[in-house]
Amino acid sequence: MTTTPEVSPEARFAPRATPETQPYWDATAAGRLDLPRCRPCDQVFFYPRSSCPRCGSTDLEWVTCSGRGLLHTYVVSHRPAPGFPVPTVIAVVELEEGPRMMTNLVDVEPEALELDMPVEVRFEQRTGVAVPVFTPTKADS
Amino acid sequence: MSRDVVIMGAAETDIGKLPTTSTLELHVEGARRALADANLTKDQVDGIASVSIPGPIQVSHALGITPTYVDGTGVGGASFLFHVRHATAAIKAGYADVVLVTHGESGRSRVGASTHPRGNDSVLAQFELPYGVVGPPTSFTVPARRFLHETDNTLEQLAEVAVAQRRWSSRNPRAMFRDEISVEEVLGAKMIADPFTLLMCCLVTDGGGALVIASREFAEAHGSDKPLVHVLGTGEAATSPLISQMEDMTRCRQFTLSSQAAFKESGTSHADIDHLMIYDAFAHVPLYGLEDMGFVGRGESGAFVADGHTSPGGRLPMNTNGGGMSYTHTGMYGMFAIQESVRQLRGEAAAQVDGVETSLVLGNGGMFMSAATLILTNQR
Repeated sequence: MTTTPEVSPEARFAPRATPETQPYWDATAAGRLDLPRCRPCDQVFFYPRSSCPRCGSTDLEWVTCSGRGLLHTYVVSHRPAPGFPVPTVIAVVELEEGPRMMTNLVDVEPEALELDMPVEVRFEQRTGVAVPVFTPTKADS
Repeated sequence: MSRDVVIMGAAETDIGKLPTTSTLELHVEGARRALADANLTKDQVDGIASVSIPGPIQVSHALGITPTYVDGTGVGGASFLFHVRHATAAIKAGYADVVLVTHGESGRSRVGASTHPRGNDSVLAQFELPYGVVGPPTSFTVPARRFLHETDNTLEQLAEVAVAQRRWSSRNPRAMFRDEISVEEVLGAKMIADPFTLLMCCLVTDGGGALVIASREFAEAHGSDKPLVHVLGTGEAATSPLISQMEDMTRCRQFTLSSQAAFKESGTSHADIDHLMIYDAFAHVPLYGLEDMGFVGRGESGAFVADGHTSPGGRLPMNTNGGGMSYTHTGMYGMFAIQESVRQLRGEAAAQVDGVETSLVLGNGGMFMSAATLILTNQR
């Protein structure tokens, strides 16, 4: 069961891009989850950096991820955070492309969560940015 | 020429709620007490090591020391173990004779404390804080569910860590929380970040402390009559600034790397360790520590703690001051873990363990971000 926050969602922590992460945030604004891929390694990595954390190559390209992943681990936070419902599910999702990222699981009762359940991305509007969050994948979707 | 390096002075300030003492003053008071413990004056100190806030220069200036060796390594709560390692190397290299390592933090009262401003464009602010992370209780805890899922450890055993720590703190008059607790009480306490209840989280206090590190030669010529604690082996490592980017959420690689380095340098093995301090910001951290340093096998840490092996009377006494969950936790607990090892090795701990000759301290920094290991002994 969740309670509606008294603080508006706009009051929530809004990230600001740096030059090397700008394409990521431009993509989320357009409803896509884009991440850098190292051409020599063929690895997609999170978070965006100017060189591959595995081989050091700067030969990178941006790829659009499927937005699908698995729920790797989570806590159900009962600590009040401005603009967030209590409780909030703070999770790490493993993307289909390999990397893991922190996120929220939304539109789900915490009791219904299971590790490794399939999840899919959606985007929440904040002040000036769209933040990727995830929700359990509907059956036969 | 190699020089043996020792901890010749060690002391803590008062701890708990200290609303009239500033962060800087906690450093300074800790330093004064540690120098008195070593029977040295400030003018015998030529090296200073402290975390970035308020910083080694402010601390040494406040004390009236002009250091010619300065270390401002600030990598979270493990920083003071890093400082001991770096001071050991500096003394061996001849860069310094006496290094003062200081800690002070008004973690609870926030007097003269940094507000740790984080720009909205930092990596942490872009990729973790937007998700309602309000500090360590809601981020350090995140890997634990995966850890329990992939190992044979259980939620009840996670609670046993808090129970075991309280058995130690019940013997320590300085500890913040001293009433023994049961697994049921731990599991039934106020929920913070499910599965972590309040009693599985560290408390928040004010306090400080300091260490005086010197060559054995210097300590024997100038120091007090306190037993010397030899720095036998050290290690350090760092991995990710973001907890979500841990290589494996069920293992802490820097615990493994730093302890391997310390064991190698010291020439000791696990069987030589009589006493263990593992930074216990939250109940899962000692379980990772026991497994990732190799004191127990994969998935065996929970049963090891539940069977009482780390409790009073157990074969591997751990966190004998009560730890960060029951003794004190200013925000950077590492200094207090080292202090307890020194007390045990000197035979002056509140809950003294018989026959401690070798003690291992594992420090954690940030949320599984950095780690350092010290192996200390009273034998030489």
